[in-house]
Amino acid sequence: MLPDTQPSNDALLLEVRDLCTHVFTRRGVVKAVNGVSFQVRAGETLGLVGESGSGKTMTCLSILRLLPRGARIVSGEIWLQGTNLVTASEATVERVRGKQIGMVLQNALAALDPVFTIGTQVGEPLVMHQNMSWRAALRRVVELLRMVKVVAPELRLYSYPHELSGGMRQRVSSAAAIGCAPALLIADEPTTALDVTTQRQYLDLLMELQQATGMAIMFVTHDISLVGNMCDQLAVFYGGLLVEYGPRQQVLSQPSHPYTAALLQSIPQLGEPRERLPSIAGEPPDLGRLPAGCPFHPRCDAALDVCRTGEPPPVFTLAQGRQVRCWLREQDHDRSAAGSL
Amino acid sequence: MTEALLEVCDLVKHFPVTRGVLRGKQIGTVKAVDGLSFSIQPGETFAIVGESGCGKTTLANLILSLMPPTRGDILLRGQPISRLSPEALMLYRKSVTAVFQDPYGALNPRMRIGDVVTEPLAIHGYPRHARQQRLQEVLRAVGLSAESAQRFPHEFSGGQRQRIGIARALVLQPPLVILDEPVSSLDVSIRSQILNLLKDLQAELGISYLLISHDLATVEHMSDWIGVMYLGKLVEVGQAKAVCRQPRHPYTATLVAAATPPGRTPPWTLPIVGEVPHGLDIPSGCAFHPRCPYVQPTCRTLTPPLATVAAQRQVACHLYTDPTSAAIWPPPLPPAAA
Amino acid sequence: MARSTTPAPELVLPQPVPAHKTGLVAWGRSVFRGAPVFSLCFLTLAVACAVCAPLLAPYDPIQTNRTQTLVPPSLSAHLLGTDHLGRDILSRLIYGARISVTVGFLAVFVSGTVGTLIAVVSGVVRGWADTVLMRLTDAFLALPFLMVAVLVVSLLGPSLVNVVLVIGLLRWMTYARTIRSEVLRLTEMDFVRLARAAGARRRRLIVQHILPNIVNTLLVLGTLEVGSAVITEASLSFLGLGVPRPLPSWGTMLAEAQTYVFTAWWLPVFPGIAITLLVMASNLIGDWLRDRLDPTRRQL
Repeated sequence: MLPDTQPSNDALLLEVRDLCTHVFTRRGVVKAVNGVSFQVRAGETLGLVGESGSGKTMTCLSILRLLPRGARIVSGEIWLQGTNLVTASEATVERVRGKQIGMVLQNALAALDPVFTIGTQVGEPLVMHQNMSWRAALRRVVELLRMVKVVAPELRLYSYPHELSGGMRQRVSSAAAIGCAPALLIADEPTTALDVTTQRQYLDLLMELQQATGMAIMFVTHDISLVGNMCDQLAVFYGGLLVEYGPRQQVLSQPSHPYTAALLQSIPQLGEPRERLPSIAGEPPDLGRLPAGCPFHPRCDAALDVCRTGEPPPVFTLAQGRQVRCWLREQDHDRSAAGSL
Repeated sequence: MTEALLEVCDLVKHFPVTRGVLRGKQIGTVKAVDGLSFSIQPGETFAIVGESGCGKTTLANLILSLMPPTRGDILLRGQPISRLSPEALMLYRKSVTAVFQDPYGALNPRMRIGDVVTEPLAIHGYPRHARQQRLQEVLRAVGLSAESAQRFPHEFSGGQRQRIGIARALVLQPPLVILDEPVSSLDVSIRSQILNLLKDLQAELGISYLLISHDLATVEHMSDWIGVMYLGKLVEVGQAKAVCRQPRHPYTATLVAAATPPGRTPPWTLPIVGEVPHGLDIPSGCAFHPRCPYVQPTCRTLTPPLATVAAQRQVACHLYTDPTSAAIWPPPLPPAAA
Repeated sequence: MARSTTPAPELVLPQPVPAHKTGLVAWGRSVFRGAPVFSLCFLTLAVACAVCAPLLAPYDPIQTNRTQTLVPPSLSAHLLGTDHLGRDILSRLIYGARISVTVGFLAVFVSGTVGTLIAVVSGVVRGWADTVLMRLTDAFLALPFLMVAVLVVSLLGPSLVNVVLVIGLLRWMTYARTIRSEVLRLTEMDFVRLARAAGARRRRLIVQHILPNIVNTLLVLGTLEVGSAVITEASLSFLGLGVPRPLPSWGTMLAEAQTYVFTAWWLPVFPGIAITLLVMASNLIGDWLRDRLDPTRRQL
């Protein structure tokens, strides 16, 4: 049984335990996040990979307590440096947002208010959270813009978002996110709206920022090929569950969950042309109408009878800190390793 | 040499940008497509690869004859479409159809699927029973059940809607289908289903595809030929696998590098600089020169023509005007850029 | 279709989501979910009064009676009292519903049709037609409604038809603007592009693709405008420019009640309540329809 305070482990920055977030709609309850647990250590990059509706974005919104109307954290704990964000007051969470957790969202144009200049928008969190004067804040904004490789930052202070290109807007959003030197940056599909070459530039920039500031990054994406060089740990989401978790290199080279394995097989890789791509039968599940048992079983080649009934499989801990939720891996479950996490 | 199915000859489309109350004053031109030439053989897939703003959508609109070109022509089996009579133009429309990117915007939300798929048949005057029969055939071919015909688009998922779009594109048995980012908006786990379906249909029906995409990995998997587009011009044309393995234009190399899976080194590594400029501010000379590490003085003034530099490979780059320097590949980076 | 030796396409046969449960009750429940019940009832009542006025009214609305003037409401004889000429208020209210409901819906029909026509031509033909029509819309918007109404009615004389025409032809601009932006948005959508690429003519595009998709907006706008039309008619009648007396209109009743506000309260109060309720009902129904028909809430 896990203790109900955060274990005193200095390197551990964020710990999510058994998070359940449900969305209450007219048609019933949608179990957007259905028992997700993971950890993020200081300075580490965690990649959250999954398709639309797999629960990765709702997990991030739960951490930030920015859930849409009708969605509620039903159970679980989110520990960030000693505070449980699930039970914390709105005031506490507002202090955390922007100061301890920065966020970069998908659509950079929507993230920036079109009627305020760049200087105002990037400087605002500095003034609010760090009690700086506007003059000092603007000086810091120039430094931040230089860090994110915006050319002529002193002039850009007075530009409006529509005067910048897509890639530059994304970089400005990132500057706003890291302004208060947060310990954790949550980047939700930050590159989806960008061109391929701009994507690469941006990801390189994120890695440089991480080296410079030592912050941890939670990188959410649907494109598993992007996590390649960036992430230390990888968390694969499907149907509201965290189905596989572990060091990135191992998860990619030896996936232990059938979904991860099938997904990696089905994506075309440049330089490895194949006559026919193995594909996964069926469609991603409707979270409002999840099947009994494991959410992946209708599409799984190796599904057993136990996979089709009852509750989804529990978390099995494998060697080297890997976790998987699949009945096929039950015999690899290392009980002694489970307790030490 | 078999006759090309579709041939694009020096295609140009410029959009004037006007200002003023009555839109009288012209302040600039957006050169969306600026002198494109390529051809598609029957049964082959030709891919146009490029990022946003390169003119791919305009090219699709031109080939679908949704707008007239400013200059140049498109030939279907040798017949230029600009000189077709209205009846012949309708025949052209039967021969070239399209599948678009967004599965949610491509179907009229108020029409039943059966009507959506048979609409092209209705437009061309096919009688009802022929339409129904063809509908059943084509639904089966894309893997949808027969009762789907009575349902509305919102009852289907993204992948299923894309299948419906494919069914509609095939209903007239066209020899050429334009695929504009066919899987980019779909969930990752079902993309390969649709790609396999497209490949199977091509093998069975012998159709040609004009695949428009920004994803080089998908393009390499699906295509026979690749044309790389940058700001309205083709900068490299060649066989798909060869271009991906040995890109010759610096821009192509940046695309290949960006698409190379991490853990593997790209064949030609160069620094990626800057972003695609806006359509109104196309640089002089070679449009890529502000971002190119190999830039020379000629690049700023002279636009390189698309020229054959090797067997079945055309490149528009001044690096290849000098035959001796072209022999070393990849070209060594100049000291300033390295 | 030529068959070759390659394997048949992968038959993933995905089953589409089952259709909604059938049955009248289920259909009714799903169609009228969340509807404002009182408003719907009132609107039905008003329409019923309009249609069946001769059957429902206890007395003749224009028959005067010198002996029964200004009788207060009582349960015995006149439920809502009589006016200064001895006419039964309730009967006049019921016959007045005819005028209000007819004018309300007909005026909306006229302005909706004119506005949609202009919007569709403007949005589909574009170019100079669009510019000319939009400038025309601006010009009409600049017209002061009441002055034009006075002018027209004094030239043509007061009658039901003229009132409908005046309101209808001076209120189409809202429709034109709103529907035009809808049409512009629709013409950019992929399914219209594909229909054009397949060779569809303009007529087909408009009938099959554009009109069915603007019905929602039109419906919502229409119900909201009904309230506006009713008030406009009442105002015109109040000023003596509406339907000719002695035809009872709620606005006329209000006009005639001016001098009796403090002495016979039932003269202005009941027509006033009737107008308020009808306008409120149509607005609430319009709000509900807009939310209900919003495509982003459609079940997927």
